[in-house]
Amino acid sequence: MNTARPTRLSGLEPLLITPDLLFVNIGERTNVTGSAKFKRLIKEDRYAEAVEVARQQVASGAQIIDVNMDEGLIDSEAAMVRFLNLIAAEPDIARVPVMVDSSKWSVIEAGLRCLQGKGVVNSISMKEGEEIFLDQARKVMQYGAAVVVMAFDTQGQADTLERKIAICSRAYQLLTGELDFPPEDIIFDPNIFAIATGIEEHSNYAVDFIEATRELKRRFPACHVSGGVSNVSFSFRGNHTVREAIHSVFLYHAIRAGMDMGIVNAGTLAIYDDLDADLRQRVEDVVLNRNADATERLLEIADNYQGTRGEAAVVTLAWREQPVQERLSHALVHGIDQFVVEDTEAARQLSSRPLDVIEGPLMDGMNVVGDLFGAGKMFLPQVVKSARVMKKAVTYLLPYIEEEKLRSGDTGKNNGTIVMATVKGDVHDIGKNIVGVVLRCNNFEVIDLGVMVPTQKILDTAKAKQADIIGLSGLITPSLEEMGQVAKEMQRQGLQVPLLIGGATTSRAHTALKIEPHYEAGTVWVKDASRAVGVAQSLVSKDRGKDFLAKVRTDYAKVRERYRNRGPGKRLMALHQAREQRFSCDWSNYHPPQPKRPGLSVFNDYDLAKLRDYIDWTPFFQAWELRGRYPAILTDEVVGQQASELFSDAQAMLDKIITEKWLTARAVIGLWPAANSGDDVQVYSDTTRTTRLAILHSLRQQADKPIDRPNLCLADFITPKEFNKPDWIGGFAVTTGLGIEGHLARFQADDDDYSSIILKALADRLAEAFAEHLHERVRTEFWGYAEDEKLDNHALIAEHYRGIRPAPGYPACPDHTEKATLFKLLKATANTGIQLTEGFAMYPAAAVSGWYFSHPQSQYFVVGRLSREQIDDYAQRKNWSLEEAEHWLSPWLDYEPD
Amino acid sequence: MNTLPWLHPARVERLHDALQQRILVLDGAMGTVLQSHQLDESGFRGKRFAHGHDGEHGPHEHPGSCDLRGNNDLLTLTQPDVICSVHRAYLEAGADLLETNTFNSTRISQADYHLEHLAGELNREGARLARSVCDAMQADTPDRPRFVIGVLGPTSRTASLSPDVNDPGFRNVSFSELASNYSESAKGLIEGGADLIMVETIFDTLNAKAALFALSELFRERGGRLPLMISGTITDRSGRTLSGQTTEAFWYSVQHARPLSIGLNCALGAAELRPHVQTLANIAECEVSTHPNAGLPNAFGEYDETPESMASVLGEFAASGLLNLVGGCCGTSPAHIKAISEAVRDCAPRALPALDTATAA
Repeated sequence: MNTARPTRLSGLEPLLITPDLLFVNIGERTNVTGSAKFKRLIKEDRYAEAVEVARQQVASGAQIIDVNMDEGLIDSEAAMVRFLNLIAAEPDIARVPVMVDSSKWSVIEAGLRCLQGKGVVNSISMKEGEEIFLDQARKVMQYGAAVVVMAFDTQGQADTLERKIAICSRAYQLLTGELDFPPEDIIFDPNIFAIATGIEEHSNYAVDFIEATRELKRRFPACHVSGGVSNVSFSFRGNHTVREAIHSVFLYHAIRAGMDMGIVNAGTLAIYDDLDADLRQRVEDVVLNRNADATERLLEIADNYQGTRGEAAVVTLAWREQPVQERLSHALVHGIDQFVVEDTEAARQLSSRPLDVIEGPLMDGMNVVGDLFGAGKMFLPQVVKSARVMKKAVTYLLPYIEEEKLRSGDTGKNNGTIVMATVKGDVHDIGKNIVGVVLRCNNFEVIDLGVMVPTQKILDTAKAKQADIIGLSGLITPSLEEMGQVAKEMQRQGLQVPLLIGGATTSRAHTALKIEPHYEAGTVWVKDASRAVGVAQSLVSKDRGKDFLAKVRTDYAKVRERYRNRGPGKRLMALHQAREQRFSCDWSNYHPPQPKRPGLSVFNDYDLAKLRDYIDWTPFFQAWELRGRYPAILTDEVVGQQASELFSDAQAMLDKIITEKWLTARAVIGLWPAANSGDDVQVYSDTTRTTRLAILHSLRQQADKPIDRPNLCLADFITPKEFNKPDWIGGFAVTTGLGIEGHLARFQADDDDYSSIILKALADRLAEAFAEHLHERVRTEFWGYAEDEKLDNHALIAEHYRGIRPAPGYPACPDHTEKATLFKLLKATANTGIQLTEGFAMYPAAAVSGWYFSHPQSQYFVVGRLSREQIDDYAQRKNWSLEEAEHWLSPWLDYEPD
Repeated sequence: MNTLPWLHPARVERLHDALQQRILVLDGAMGTVLQSHQLDESGFRGKRFAHGHDGEHGPHEHPGSCDLRGNNDLLTLTQPDVICSVHRAYLEAGADLLETNTFNSTRISQADYHLEHLAGELNREGARLARSVCDAMQADTPDRPRFVIGVLGPTSRTASLSPDVNDPGFRNVSFSELASNYSESAKGLIEGGADLIMVETIFDTLNAKAALFALSELFRERGGRLPLMISGTITDRSGRTLSGQTTEAFWYSVQHARPLSIGLNCALGAAELRPHVQTLANIAECEVSTHPNAGLPNAFGEYDETPESMASVLGEFAASGLLNLVGGCCGTSPAHIKAISEAVRDCAPRALPALDTATAA
């Protein structure tokens, strides 16, 4: 007999299963047979969201995640491999071991070939005989995994106590006797079946499982017992409360009998002691089969629990009966501004100084908001609404405070002062504004310098206002370089305050590598608004400030170290090699489509109502840090309510934008004769193709790819010159941001950040919708190569059409400066009013521009890292110095410039 | 498969005896010593590869020639005397085990030189050279057995990391491809007379698992096995492998192969490796090995820890009871191995923890 050893599993981190763990939770939501949502995500190829399901499982306590892709309409092997490879890249998921779950051995084997850690196979059994069972078990050993053995043999699935024990015991004998399989790596699944089905033979199923568990643990103490818990309550589906009560009672008894693993929804397990006493009693009678009418007795009361979860909240004004402090707190937490002025006045009359109202009840209320937000129990739109209530109260108090100040010279104190700016050359500020609001809610004084702010202005303001922190934001990639410059300048001018970095293209790695080393007083990257408060509070804290910065410094030093020690596997191909692997097609038989309306077409004052149906709403919610896809987000368990409220506020504003014509939409498109030459595209003035209007420069992927996946470059989608084909390229620039300023100023005057941010986000969405709509018209009318195309908005968003419209500065053509060529060709500023900043951002911010490609195989891609060889080559083509090229493409360099 | 008989039972018995008695010493880096020979392109090519490709290999699919300088494993065929002299220098310095010159002798790695067809031959010849040097040395000192470790390197690809930052699900090599690579190489090592097989410099555990899978299949086909050494690489001070595993997780992921030893090598110097070697010493039920680099690379990518300082750090490991096998990786020379072997000579080997792995040792 072997000495009992603990089971040792691993993902990126070890999982040692010792008796004091009691019970190992196996996450069940990444299983297509158990979760309708997960099944839908996989079927619809929405893997990014499927990965989020896994993340949520681990976050809510799953110690192992069960992955199952057994579904008739899914290529289970491919889906298993793809999903496991994707979660392998997510350290917060990959840290736990994976249970590869399938009834098909080939799927299990494909899964095992993706796991670097020691996972678990679920499951093998003797249903096809002992020989196949042993073959599979030996393979499991060779791959290095533990195994779930289902109580199943050639006679069928074990449904009695005796058969459960007999089959599991036989399996144990074979595994340890024939193969020397480690006993601690054997996990029995003696089959959990549904009880309370109304069929008498089923009544004892739970008891049989529990008793089999007890006996198996007695016989084989090193082994484990597991099972799919949700099966047991199957007959109560639809009634969550009763189902969870059954799970809880069943587990309570099974665990005491020795069940030490189970596939459960880690997030929703009810606590045995918390169950309603009557419900628990009746459930226990059913689970333990204590009397013949147990099922009827449970059914009698089951309906009482139907739908108790998620009951609609009744709007009530009961909170108005509470004392004034509570009323202010309630108003802040719920974002109700209806009574805030009268409550503030009431509080002022109770206080000796007006400032006490702010520092007392109002700040107390905002602290509750901050805590709830920090704990993930409130979401951004709510916080912004709370801030609006707060501002109203403060605005009301201000005259009294000024009066008091004059009398006593007393000024209030805040948490600290932060100067924020979107850097020079960039115009994007939605995220920065949200951070500003959230910081203000937490009693920071925020001085927001707006967009396109020159370095010296940021520094001068910080000095003059004795700022405690400086925050920089930006969205386009050249802003990354600009932030590094600001940091260097801060160092040179001897600033001593910490620097915060934020914005969509910023990252921890970039901050650690390119900004932090330049500035001694400390630089911290802030991922999103929800982290901003914690970071700012730590930085200004007398006790923690130093430690916090020291920790950040160490972290970033590690990031740099890791970056320098990046191992193999990321080598780039030589440029000539990448060019050999260019995309190509049968050009001699390719017939480029001829445009119906070549040259420029200008659209002044386009009808906004036409754009409404083209809006892709998902990014709108992202701007508010609400995660999920429209329309599912409106009914999402966690953020659904907030998303719905936000959505209806946005719809109401959109109605006004359209009927009251708040915004003007303008656009220009162009279609020109073109030919490919190397990695460039030549653009001609007319079909004689003699006068060249411009050369468009593109960059090529250099990632080491298999031969069948070409190293793409946008220029590849235009017919090479030597084939002498009349090919074409298009361009466009659209905006829906004209006229926005007046409305923003109006909201500003009203302290209404909430509406201001909604308006900006809507303008952005309309610009994207305009680009989508025009692209459709280009395909069906102006270029006209897809006259019969009929797609709904969902299909448009999913890009189910021929052709692409990549934008300079984005992954397929990362050089923002190409926008200058595009604008020249389109005469875009004259035709639309859109201006280019020195960083090649477009102003107004609600604008989109890009190229049109019509080739049926044209596709979006990411150029990725670039070698010095390509940068050199590109600099020559653009007539730039190497330094200029490195400056504009700095985020994409695969090397350290000299 | 773990109950298969040994292919060379008498050799394994001598190995076990020696491990009972003392800490065994592995050799050091091949590259460091080769540098002093200052071989140029023609030196690397020798006669057979004089035109930059294999003169003995049928029609060449690849036009033109390849630079072969830097393909150290090729020297097994083109400069066998040089390789033997390095091996001999390490034995004279006090090494008990020689690592074959086969770190890059896989089909995948040799493809960089368009020499993938050599994978089998490089391993067979690499093992044969080390075997002949060991046998000659052992004939002189019969009481001191010397062993050949057939080395399987990590290859230049990773099975659990995407080389494309924008497509985390992408892989440029599969488990099956790696397994067939390793199978071919290991077959050569066995044929050439290796006493053990070492899967080393593991920065992606999935690559190693493919190697271990291939070895278990190969042993089953042959009806016998060789003892296995497994050695991972902690890539930086985060204390994890390149593929993100902690030391414990790494051990749990490969222990199914029931190796003779588990250890760590490369990437860090001995001092930086200590906590991780300590972890393995605490939890592993088999022997523990380490062969670190000569310190962390300096600004020029060179290793400059002296034999004395490295030996003093490793001597402390030995005195603390962490080691069963010790040697050197990048930047180490016979002088390092001599100093290390002297430093650990009088230290008792690490005692295995109480729980016994059923069959391995």
